[in-house]
Amino acid sequence: MMAAPLVEAKGLTRVFDVSKPWLSRLIEREGKAYLKAVTDVSFAVGRRETVALVGESGSGKSTVARMTVGLLTPTAGTVSIDGIDMWAAARAVERQALRRRLQMIFQDPFASLNPRWRVERIVADPIKAFGLAKDSAEIKHRVGELLTLVGLDPADGVKYPHEFSGGQRQRICIARALSSNPEFLVCDEPTSALDVSVQAQILNLMRDLQDRLGLSYLFISHNLAVVRHMATRIGVMYLGRIVEMAPAAELFSAPRHPYTRLLLDALPDLAMSGRARRPIEGEIPNPIAPPDGCAFHPRCPWAFEPCKVDVPDLIERGAGARAEACHAVEAGRT
Amino acid sequence: MSEPVLSVRDLEVAFPTRRRTLTAVDRVSFDIAAGEVLGVVGESGAGKSLTGAAVIGLLEPPGRIMGGEVRLKGRRIDNLPPEEMRKLRGARIGMVFQDPLTSLNPLYRIGDQIIETIRTHARVTEAQARERAIALLQEAGIQGARARIDSYPHEFSGGMRQRVVLALALCAEPDLLIADEPTTALDVSIQAQIIALLKRLCRERGTAMMLITHDMGVIAETADRVAVMYAGRIAEIGPVRDVVHHPHHPYTKGLMGAIPTLGPLAERLVQIPGTMPRLDAIPRGCAFHPRCGFAFDRCRVERPEAMPAGKSKAACWLVAQNVPENVAGAPA
Repeated sequence: MMAAPLVEAKGLTRVFDVSKPWLSRLIEREGKAYLKAVTDVSFAVGRRETVALVGESGSGKSTVARMTVGLLTPTAGTVSIDGIDMWAAARAVERQALRRRLQMIFQDPFASLNPRWRVERIVADPIKAFGLAKDSAEIKHRVGELLTLVGLDPADGVKYPHEFSGGQRQRICIARALSSNPEFLVCDEPTSALDVSVQAQILNLMRDLQDRLGLSYLFISHNLAVVRHMATRIGVMYLGRIVEMAPAAELFSAPRHPYTRLLLDALPDLAMSGRARRPIEGEIPNPIAPPDGCAFHPRCPWAFEPCKVDVPDLIERGAGARAEACHAVEAGRT
Repeated sequence: MSEPVLSVRDLEVAFPTRRRTLTAVDRVSFDIAAGEVLGVVGESGAGKSLTGAAVIGLLEPPGRIMGGEVRLKGRRIDNLPPEEMRKLRGARIGMVFQDPLTSLNPLYRIGDQIIETIRTHARVTEAQARERAIALLQEAGIQGARARIDSYPHEFSGGMRQRVVLALALCAEPDLLIADEPTTALDVSIQAQIIALLKRLCRERGTAMMLITHDMGVIAETADRVAVMYAGRIAEIGPVRDVVHHPHHPYTKGLMGAIPTLGPLAERLVQIPGTMPRLDAIPRGCAFHPRCGFAFDRCRVERPEAMPAGKSKAACWLVAQNVPENVAGAPA
């Protein structure tokens, strides 16, 4: 990295206690059960950069998103914005100042807007919370500006969320996220609930806003094609770990980790290039009892002895800031 | 050409309300031949699932068929009494829905559910039905089917459950399989397995399949022909390669450009302005004209019927006018 990144996550880990109630444990003579949703995830997001995390369900990508914005306390690891550790920022004032600079956009625009508030109140809420405007006239003006910015009419402010379609609601969510003048947005599957033509509108809007406002994004999605369109760098997650990190173009032109390769092979695509389909065998293992060694080894055609024992580290190889966690790649077997 | 397995002509599905009747499927016509996969795509509210439900007689009241006809191997089935239709479903028509959990009874072992279905439609003994159930599960890609046949649905993962549902749908050797978003609830790696399976089973058995999905990628991989629906009507129908790579209808063009692909990277996705009209506000003439960059006077008053466009058929007046390809590029 040349300049210091805007956001840096180091060694993020989150463990959930998924034990049964103590009485059941006592009767069935079972111990506590833990689910390691995220293990040792590190990434950095530079200014005006879009870093994407992709993975199938249960890969821990949403948990990373929630830890990055501070909705969830990491079990271990740190998130720092501009060098300030979010969780160590002892004084509430400092944390407050930090929080203004990052916002989140959620997947479901139907569940993330208060149905009993008018749009203008929803969008004005962060402005009031952070004290970013002097008086109500200024707030009103700013809300109008924001609504225009995301392609809505300032007159829409008096309406309620149910009067809008899914795509328009996601625009409202974006306006709300932008109202505190953030530098960094965490977008957790922002278009998964939308139809393709509406998805295209929102993705284009997000790119325009990035150009105009100099935003940085952490973009979470299960859709590789969407991620490819949006991201500068992509991290592929499998069972709580990043298995490969690469610049977007290179990840798709020359994937290295076996999981990435198989995932790209399996993806249905419009191109219909006639390439041979090779569906990935098997299923994602139970995260409560993950396999020893590399979590992907039971499904991996290149797996050999070390894969069953050692968890591979995410190692940077060659130029271009690429990294992958795979014994087979390291040994040159693939 | 032999007779198509499924033939739908001018199908109309409507919801009568107190004030007016809302037409959700509007004069839809298509055929599916034996062993052929017809993909039906569209955005939410396009009427694709309703079309599927109407074909199998599973419309939820107050929705009902207001016109047109549905023929299965030449026999008219849209006007059958409910009891006869019920026998026909399961025996001649198999169904796979999005959520495999809702298609399986959580209180019964999967084996019992398949055996019951087999014995409803064929005169076989319990033991024979069980052997057949095991064979079906194996064919659907469940390893160790003999050991797993006595498991309950909750003991399977999502992908495995969908395989069970598929085995269930195919156990009476149906002529037609209706699959409504069969892979939408599944992860990419599992999705590819199920698609490959669906395709193989239909080809081997000569089953006609109507594959309803919003995912154009799945259609491109699976279907032989595709029907693109918009506001309850078929905008374009034709061989999948032609519709995807050389669409004629402006809506299809916009839709294809709007989908991020793994092919050459587009700087910007094509954007179709606006959204699909609500059922109570479908515009006069061509339903797409308010969002169409090429609409002219005729589009606003007269509804276009499907007309030949290359190897496909498109319901668009531009096609009738024979506007050259480059002029009819995707709207900005």
